Amino acid sequence: MASKLNLRSLGTALGCLLILAWCLLPVVWIVSLSFKSQIAITNGSPGFFPADGDGAGWQNYKDVWDNDQFRRAIFNSIGISLIATVLSVMIATLAAYAIARLEFTGKKLVLTMALVIAMFPVVSLVGPLFDMWRTLHLYDTWPGLIIPYMSFTLPLAIWTLSAFFREIPWEMEQAAQVDGATSWQAFRRVIVPLAAPGVFTAAILTFFFAWNDFVFGISLTSTEAARPIPASLSFFVGADPFNRPASLLAAGAVISTIPIIVIVLIFQRKIVAGLTSGAVKG
Amino acid sequence: MTATAPPPTEPERATRAGHKAQASDRAHAEARLGQRLVAPAIILMLVVTAFPMLRALYLSLFSYSLTSPDDREFIWFDNYAVALSDGLFWKDTAVTVLYMLVTVAIELVIGFVFALVMHRVIFARGVIRTSILIPYGIITVVSGFAWQFAFTANNGFVNSWLPFVDAGFNWFGETTPAIVAICVSEIWKTTPFMSLLLLAGLAQVSEDMIEAAKVDGATWWQRLWRVILPNMRAAIMVAVLFRALDAYRIFDNIFVMTAGAVDTESISFLTYRQTIEQFQLGIGSALSVLLFLSVLAIAALIVKLFRVDLAAARQEG
Repeated sequence: MASKLNLRSLGTALGCLLILAWCLLPVVWIVSLSFKSQIAITNGSPGFFPADGDGAGWQNYKDVWDNDQFRRAIFNSIGISLIATVLSVMIATLAAYAIARLEFTGKKLVLTMALVIAMFPVVSLVGPLFDMWRTLHLYDTWPGLIIPYMSFTLPLAIWTLSAFFREIPWEMEQAAQVDGATSWQAFRRVIVPLAAPGVFTAAILTFFFAWNDFVFGISLTSTEAARPIPASLSFFVGADPFNRPASLLAAGAVISTIPIIVIVLIFQRKIVAGLTSGAVKG
Repeated sequence: MTATAPPPTEPERATRAGHKAQASDRAHAEARLGQRLVAPAIILMLVVTAFPMLRALYLSLFSYSLTSPDDREFIWFDNYAVALSDGLFWKDTAVTVLYMLVTVAIELVIGFVFALVMHRVIFARGVIRTSILIPYGIITVVSGFAWQFAFTANNGFVNSWLPFVDAGFNWFGETTPAIVAICVSEIWKTTPFMSLLLLAGLAQVSEDMIEAAKVDGATWWQRLWRVILPNMRAAIMVAVLFRALDAYRIFDNIFVMTAGAVDTESISFLTYRQTIEQFQLGIGSALSVLLFLSVLAIAALIVKLFRVDLAAARQEG
């Protein structure tokens, strides 16, 4: 029995190592690549870590950061993603509150519609949107990306939030009022703290979507006026288009991953709860 | 838990109101408020999806190219005829289905193993969860670059790590290896999502039932197939549905890793190429409509085939 137990925990430990290796190996690889010098890349430098004399120190990071297009793309991505997140979560909070708390006809319709949109093939929209945005002068502008990001993150935000809101013991609001709190106090001191984690989770997932988007980013922009990071990285060919500057791209990739890693490190518990609540738990 | 909104407050209000008429007034006001609160979300979702989709439906009946917008001409269903009779459309559809089947099948197995490990692990839970979220959060384009460089012969490490591969092997020179490389990037990035959904399903399987099966002498393998898997069927089906539809839309990785070369193009990529790169809005719109219809068909097929009950998965009435 004891040996069987040991075998099991050994298996679990091995599994953990496997998961860690799976998740971190490509990340370590791209970081390692970003420290290979550009000359070494041109000459060819196979191997996981930079070979002796192939290291570049921080040079690639400096070069990427000195590139105006890249800096502008980071700025676009942060601005567009944040605005889309805030607006989307605000609209989703209203809808989710109605879905979780009120009885009205059309509730099923909203949830079904959200589900259909969550599964929508994004590419099939870019053609008509491209055409419409050019007529409406939204092409290659921030709002031109913010609007699609909002609509495509609403389903996830509505599902996550309504699942969270359904778990809130709303009777406590009345209990607080019975104890002498005004409605505002009851809302502010009781409901907001209970609802905040859900809203926060929805915001993180929304931000991830907007930060990650590529299809809209390349289709609805043409200059650096609104081009976000993923699109900018894919167009980033450096001086020689026939020889992709791998290590420079890697440095750019690492920079664009930093916000994600920071968010994950701080909020991992909330993200897991949010990811699973919408889809599996009630 | 059911969705019938606020169970405690509703009867209370009714009794407080006393009159039936007043109660229905209240219900009416509540319905109006509800509709007003969801209106902004509905309008926004319709503006960006339903309206463009209808526009695509309309444009797909025209011969329309942005390079010569004045030559727009109504041609009925000719665009569909052209697309459906072109071998390229069917080849890309087949490639896309292949991507979908391969990635979802592998992700399901690996994701389930990950979920089992995460379910059992007691120490270092936070570390495991944090690291599993990194592939989930990372930009797909970055994942595509990382794997593309890893697979290249002159700067990558894959060739030297795999004993059965020649050091100078070019993964992106032929269809099969290029598809393998694209699938690796796709699987790496999306397995965490699958495993978290499965983990949530696993947590809902009752420990008592597993214990009872153990007492009755069931082996680990029997417990897995007879107790655990049947009881997390809903979670598995939701995960498969979401991932399959997501995989059918594969685009980012192909764009970055091969740009559609050596027959790795997916149906999304073909649509993108026609509309955005070649400005052929007529035929591109027809392809958009066909892509949308095929996603609907796959969703319907999965829901029918596996009898996925999304409401039950959400534990609604």
